[in-house]
Amino acid sequence: MFKFRNLAAFTYAILLYGFIFLPVVVLVLFSFQESRVPIPPFNGPSLKWYHAFLSDGRVVEALYNSIAVALLSSLVSVILGFLAAYSLARHNIRYSGIIQGLLTAPLTVSYLIIAMGLLITFNTLGIPKSLFTIGIGHVVINLPLCFAIIYSQMGAHQANIERAARDLGANEWQVMGLISVPMLWPALFAAFFLSVTFSWDEFIIAFMVSRFDVTLPVEIWSMLRTGLNPKTNAVGSFVFLVSVVFIFLLDFILFRKIKN
Amino acid sequence: MCFGDKVAVHNVDLSIQQGEFVVLLGPSGSGKTTLLNILGGFLQPTDGRVLIDGKDVTDVPASKRPTTTVFQDYALFPHMTVAGNVAFGLKMRGVSSSEQKTKIIESLELVGLAHLAERRIHQLSGGQRQRIALARALAVEPSVLLLDEPLGALDLKLRHQMQEELKEIQKRIGTTFIHVTHDQEEAMAIADTIVITNDGAIEDTGKPERIYLQPTSRFAAGFMGESNFLEGTVISCDGSQTMVHTAIGKFLLKEQGTEGDVVTLSIRPEHFSTKSGIRSLGEARILETGFFGTHHQCKAILEESETMLKVRLPQKEVIQSGELIELFIDPEDLTMLRS
Repeated sequence: MFKFRNLAAFTYAILLYGFIFLPVVVLVLFSFQESRVPIPPFNGPSLKWYHAFLSDGRVVEALYNSIAVALLSSLVSVILGFLAAYSLARHNIRYSGIIQGLLTAPLTVSYLIIAMGLLITFNTLGIPKSLFTIGIGHVVINLPLCFAIIYSQMGAHQANIERAARDLGANEWQVMGLISVPMLWPALFAAFFLSVTFSWDEFIIAFMVSRFDVTLPVEIWSMLRTGLNPKTNAVGSFVFLVSVVFIFLLDFILFRKIKN
Repeated sequence: MCFGDKVAVHNVDLSIQQGEFVVLLGPSGSGKTTLLNILGGFLQPTDGRVLIDGKDVTDVPASKRPTTTVFQDYALFPHMTVAGNVAFGLKMRGVSSSEQKTKIIESLELVGLAHLAERRIHQLSGGQRQRIALARALAVEPSVLLLDEPLGALDLKLRHQMQEELKEIQKRIGTTFIHVTHDQEEAMAIADTIVITNDGAIEDTGKPERIYLQPTSRFAAGFMGESNFLEGTVISCDGSQTMVHTAIGKFLLKEQGTEGDVVTLSIRPEHFSTKSGIRSLGEARILETGFFGTHHQCKAILEESETMLKVRLPQKEVIQSGELIELFIDPEDLTMLRS
């Protein structure tokens, strides 16, 4: 009886994880395909499609664009999120409940709607579509997340520590720079890495508010229009690998924080 | 000082001598911490003024006041070393780094923890954190040190040890200490002056002995140790002496009163005696008794007037519940409280 239950649980786990990870496995596997089509039978392994994408100027340019947009938009999101969290957690502000609601509300709106809204706004204001507008779009989606993560880590105990710093003669900027930010750095890093991951593989907003300079997911989309190709798999695997690295970094930092 | 509709502290008029160890004592919600926050500059009083060293600091923010605070949860900076914590106030005041070093060592030596300078905060025990918080607050040489229930989180033995140390450090450096607690034993152990707060106002101020032996209010008498309260009426007075009539008899007190006034007499449990004394209260039946090491704590009822009394009898006395004993008091130990 006991063995049967274990077997059932095991089978269920295999099916479940298979369902989740099979597409990824297929994507990664056929990026090492030797022939021109990413369909069975597998006849690799070969790195030729990785070589092909790294020597494609358009793809590499899109890669650099993605990195720049992800890092800068995440940095802006974290700074704005921290400032918002600090003021709401530390000062008695009128209507703070409403402000908090407004700050986190974009989390409930689908990226498509946000993208459409941004497109209309940029058109009305006459702002040309560029990497800059993609960055703004990514700040719009990541700021609520950064705010929520950082705000949740600002407890009463830390408020008392900030009070102690003030008591010892620190002005508001010194309190923020020397006490609050160092004390909150795990939350700030977590927010930053999560933002980077989200920005890195975000497609809809990047697609709708960009024109000539595009990010990697948009580039992959335009590659897909010309049909399936192991090169697309290679680029996709690369995007996936980078996301995994950031998730591990995030996990590592949070894990270390909990251990302390 | 008000929070919304609630008045937290009102009509407080308190002067503290330089170099005094003052304890603000009161139950939770009595306004003692609010008072401390007003002194530290964390709260702006809605009315009134705060003067330190003769200077009006009412509008001076916490960072610019000559006060520092030892917080209840210590509020040490977790991302700095012990030395970093102690140095923080000195850095904010722009003290040169060579002078910082000497001051750090001095302050840590004062609390006996100079060997822990390079440790991280999470490596310290509760008692050590407490001392580091003290060293950090004293490093900047404040005129007044504010202590917000600093010993509350420590176990009893460590608390007693820290009480002695606090007292000793205060005497050595001569800084004014203002210490908040709800523990009356702690207050008596360390204070030069005790300030009893209740319901946002000061009930009584004075030396521990005076407050314990001659409390001026019923609240003060009840909060500082135990007491028996007897309602009575002034039946005659002649300048310096007053005769009070109570359920257990008439007493002549060396206090001034007005004929016809309703007053309360307070008798401490330890002021009763079973040896023949000045004044007999008659036979009392012991209802309950418990041995506390230093004394027996009894509940007794006077046979004649059926008055319940809390009585504390000497360690060596043999008492059993149900027993009848004769109780004596010295009327000089009675305190008259005006209602």
